[in-house]
Amino acid sequence: MTTTQATRTAGSGLAAVAAGTGAPRRRTVRPGLAAALGFLALTALAVLWPGLLAGDPLAADPLGVLRPPSAGHWFGTDHLGRDVLDRVVHGARHSLTIGIAATLLAAGAGVLLGVLAGMAHRLADEALARSFDALSAFPLLLLALLFIALAGPGTVSLIIAIGIATMPHYARLVRAQTLVVRRSGYVEQAVSFGASRARLVARHVLPNVLGPVPVLAVIGLGEAILAAAGLSFLGMGPQPPAPEWGAMLAEGRNYLRVAWWAAILPGVAVTLTVVSLTVLGRRLQQRFEGRHA
Amino acid sequence: MILVRAVARRLATAAVVLWAAATAAYLALLLAPGDTVDNIIGDGPDTPVIRAQIIAEWRLDRPEVVQYLDYLRRALLGDLGRSYLLQRPVGDVLGEHLPATVTLAVAAALIGVVLALVVALLTAGRRPLLRRGASAGELVLVSTPGFLIGIVLLNVFSFQLGWFPVAGGQSVAALVLPAVTLALPIAGVLAQVLRDGLERALEEPFVVTARSRGIRERAVVARHALRHALLPAITLVGWLSGILLGGTVITEQVFGRPGLGQVTLQAVTAGDMPVVLAVVLLSAAVYVAVSTLADLSYLLVDPRLRRSGT
Amino acid sequence: MATPLVRVEDLHVTFHTPRRDVAAVRGVGFEIRRGECLALVGESGSGKSVTARTLVGLAGPHARVRAGTLQLDGRDAQAFTPGDWRRVRGRFAGLVLQDALVSLDPLRTVGDEVGEVLGAHGLVAARQRPERVRGLLERVHVPEPARRARQHPHQLSGGLRQRALIASALAGEPSLLIADEPTTALDVTVQAQLLRLLGELRDAGATLLLISHDLAVVAQLADRVLVMRDGVVVESGATAQVLGEPQHPYTRLLLAAVPSASSRGRRLSAPVTAVPRTLPVAEVDPSVTVAAVSGLHKAYGGHEVVRDVGFRIARGETLGLVGESGSGKTTVAQLLFGTLAPTAGQVLFEGVPWSGVSERSRRPLRRRMQLISQDPLGSFDPRYPVERIVAEALEPGLDRRARRGRVVELLDRVGLGADLLDRYPRQLSGGQRQRVAIARAVAPRPSLLICDEPVSALDVSVQAQVLDLLADIRAQDGTALLFISHDLGVVHHLADRVLVMHDGRVVEQGPVGDVFTLPRHPYTRGLVDALPTLSARPRPPGPTVPGRRP
Repeated sequence: MTTTQATRTAGSGLAAVAAGTGAPRRRTVRPGLAAALGFLALTALAVLWPGLLAGDPLAADPLGVLRPPSAGHWFGTDHLGRDVLDRVVHGARHSLTIGIAATLLAAGAGVLLGVLAGMAHRLADEALARSFDALSAFPLLLLALLFIALAGPGTVSLIIAIGIATMPHYARLVRAQTLVVRRSGYVEQAVSFGASRARLVARHVLPNVLGPVPVLAVIGLGEAILAAAGLSFLGMGPQPPAPEWGAMLAEGRNYLRVAWWAAILPGVAVTLTVVSLTVLGRRLQQRFEGRHA
Repeated sequence: MILVRAVARRLATAAVVLWAAATAAYLALLLAPGDTVDNIIGDGPDTPVIRAQIIAEWRLDRPEVVQYLDYLRRALLGDLGRSYLLQRPVGDVLGEHLPATVTLAVAAALIGVVLALVVALLTAGRRPLLRRGASAGELVLVSTPGFLIGIVLLNVFSFQLGWFPVAGGQSVAALVLPAVTLALPIAGVLAQVLRDGLERALEEPFVVTARSRGIRERAVVARHALRHALLPAITLVGWLSGILLGGTVITEQVFGRPGLGQVTLQAVTAGDMPVVLAVVLLSAAVYVAVSTLADLSYLLVDPRLRRSGT
Repeated sequence: MATPLVRVEDLHVTFHTPRRDVAAVRGVGFEIRRGECLALVGESGSGKSVTARTLVGLAGPHARVRAGTLQLDGRDAQAFTPGDWRRVRGRFAGLVLQDALVSLDPLRTVGDEVGEVLGAHGLVAARQRPERVRGLLERVHVPEPARRARQHPHQLSGGLRQRALIASALAGEPSLLIADEPTTALDVTVQAQLLRLLGELRDAGATLLLISHDLAVVAQLADRVLVMRDGVVVESGATAQVLGEPQHPYTRLLLAAVPSASSRGRRLSAPVTAVPRTLPVAEVDPSVTVAAVSGLHKAYGGHEVVRDVGFRIARGETLGLVGESGSGKTTVAQLLFGTLAPTAGQVLFEGVPWSGVSERSRRPLRRRMQLISQDPLGSFDPRYPVERIVAEALEPGLDRRARRGRVVELLDRVGLGADLLDRYPRQLSGGQRQRVAIARAVAPRPSLLICDEPVSALDVSVQAQVLDLLADIRAQDGTALLFISHDLGVVHHLADRVLVMHDGRVVEQGPVGDVFTLPRHPYTRGLVDALPTLSARPRPPGPTVPGRRP
């Protein structure tokens, strides 16, 4: 049952990490990693200082609507004549903030609850484990929709909704890892040197349990960004005219027949971000496994 | 006998998880900010008669324990309550739209699985270039939002080439693009897992033994490696059902297809909580049912698990 | 007898890895004649398995094979097409690997696995296959062959499983049977039965290529022996000659490293000298009891794994604990160590109650009892370098320099240099890991050291070094040892007294010489009889084999 549970962790990237699959086991393509890092650096810059890279995302030009990509507007303009590139750059802040905040929330709560369950006595552990199972029985998107139905759309709702929905992945992994470490030979040895319970947790359990969490979080971040874009596309996130990637795509969709760039390029930004995060995450995972497994 | 116990254990676990999921959904409704009656009405007509009806249906005038137990009783009996916005039983609303969504989900699952199998079998352990190309393609598919895939397909095959209808409709042609949209990310994940499983299995000692018997490489894969590769894939079936259910919401929106997803979106926007709760519970039930079936089929595929109760 | 079954000259096998090429086999040559048993012996990494697998074209996907001559049944194998190789596999040569639990497909029935060759080469029609499979299983003495054929590998005992694997290799009636460590994962009594089966096949005229690290196993079966090291054959000849009058220093080193009754009191590890170097004698003080165990029971859900076990260990004494897998010996170690609580019975350590008390109350004496396990890697925190691993065992409150000094001292004691301080466990060899584990265990100067199969995973020459080290430490520190092993030779070499466990019970105990030379309990007698020895068994009359070729 444990293996099935560990591998059944919902979510594409997360499932792959938990199952130890997905990552190519031999050599990685270094150029791919370099490109991923480069793109992530650019994205980080766009999040921290969008003004440096692009102009005003809200500046409309009624005379230049739905212009195709050109030297003046690399990504073309949308139905209000706003520069799509400017909006994509500024959108990074919206999309990534939601993703990062949701991931921090999920990983933080997940680690806490996971360690708690793993170190607890059997009954408490069982109760916690079952509630993780119950929570992950809800498809991410629908759980988030339930939350939004109750709390209303918006950035904060999105963060909390995605955070709650992805928390069980972390909690389950951390719990499983805690159980492994707790029964490991080195904890047994530390007991034989007279280590107290508190010392065991601080010196051996926590550090060994926390190790894989950042790796998981990098890949999980990609998934959170995907979920955020999806929900924004459905109109549940930041409201127009905020330049969120998913929302931009929803707006541009109506003009798809005449101006594909306004819809598709923001979507490509999502894909590139998630691909880069996954490439980085897998690389980190390989290094991590190389050191430990 | 041992097999019976293993099955019973899994069914019991499934029941516990379902109960916990129902409770969680109920708690979410109760703990939500604002008056519970207001939340249930949503944007629907707000009259004293309707308010009284809601209080009666949800037993809101009774102690909380009674409310909760009655809610569980109704959920157990399949009574999904009433939408006060639509003025109809929720069960009717869902029942009407379920077939379209199930058709879409099943078609997508079939396409996804077949595609993944073909790609994995063609690329496992083959030339690095082929393998790497497939890997990169899968990575992009997995990382692309479903609505982008849908819009690109729509743009190319409907607008540019005109092969498929743009929106709506119950025809088979109208099903193709939505199903493919939903299937591609699934195929990406499954192909990765299957190929990895195949390559892992091909390095096992029993494969050396099988090869030492002089059987063809095709038989090595078909008779030995494939079954082992399917094991990790089976554990993803529960996850798959979740992705399908969530994905239909977006796909139906992109392609303007009627279905459960559209109903859900309307309910979320209008705050029609009985419908939202019912959809969420239904999806959790599907997830639990499918995962339990997957667990049980695991017992069939892997004889080693039949022995112990673990 | 004109052409040998296999002729190999100047064989080279190189593995390509992204970082570098590894030459696994370098210029090996030999012949296998019809009806003989040839053995390849060597330690891990010697290239013996690769050499054998080259004969069926399964050296591996990244292997490059080059040879002056590579003839199978007179045909040049270097010109073989993939189709030719497929016809060789199963028909010319059958392959038996170690551990049938993973070498038979766990998802398929035993019958399907045994019968697969028959289908692959179109030997027997599908309808007659079950009948043939039953016959094959009978031939390797699997009882109830029809029922076993329908079962899956995990439902068979280790011995039966291995027999089924042999049956699957024999199914295509191959001219050559290649057995790669065929008995390595098995208990000693089961190993004896398997060796008897292989001997039977050989006597019936089968040609056998045996690959083993175990010289005693080789002595039982082989007509001729090739000793390999680092991809090269260092010595070859008739078995009696190679094992009886070894010429090459490496062969001599290997032979000297085997622990047994006759090696008691002698150093096992190199250098080999004319006069055997003796081990320091440990002083046993029978009047002082270090640990006493009485009436120990351990049950899991009604199933008793340890039943009424009692013993005492005196200061400086080495108590051996032998038994086959599942006999409960590791459980006894955990009960003594305190990681498991007994269902009934009592453990006293240095006169203080040790079982049935809280870990907190054990803490004052905790450091006086240490444990070395078979898997040292699992006992190291993967994030810790060697220095920190060993330092964890030191008394608290040392400053950094003093701590490092003590660690270096301890490493020096187990024969490791200070250059390993910053290494991580994964970067160490098996022998180095076990030495680090020993350094850590002896740091608190324990009065009792529990050694649970400490050398089982090691090559014989490394095992020899570790055993010598344990003997030195015992003599220097006066530490008592509870030495748990499945290997009677190791226990006979090192222990003063021995406990024999079977099915959770101690069936016999006493001084090691008495128990092993005059066993009273039938189970012990079976164990001792099953032990293969280095003296080659005379071959019963059968097909004659030409003598050693120059």
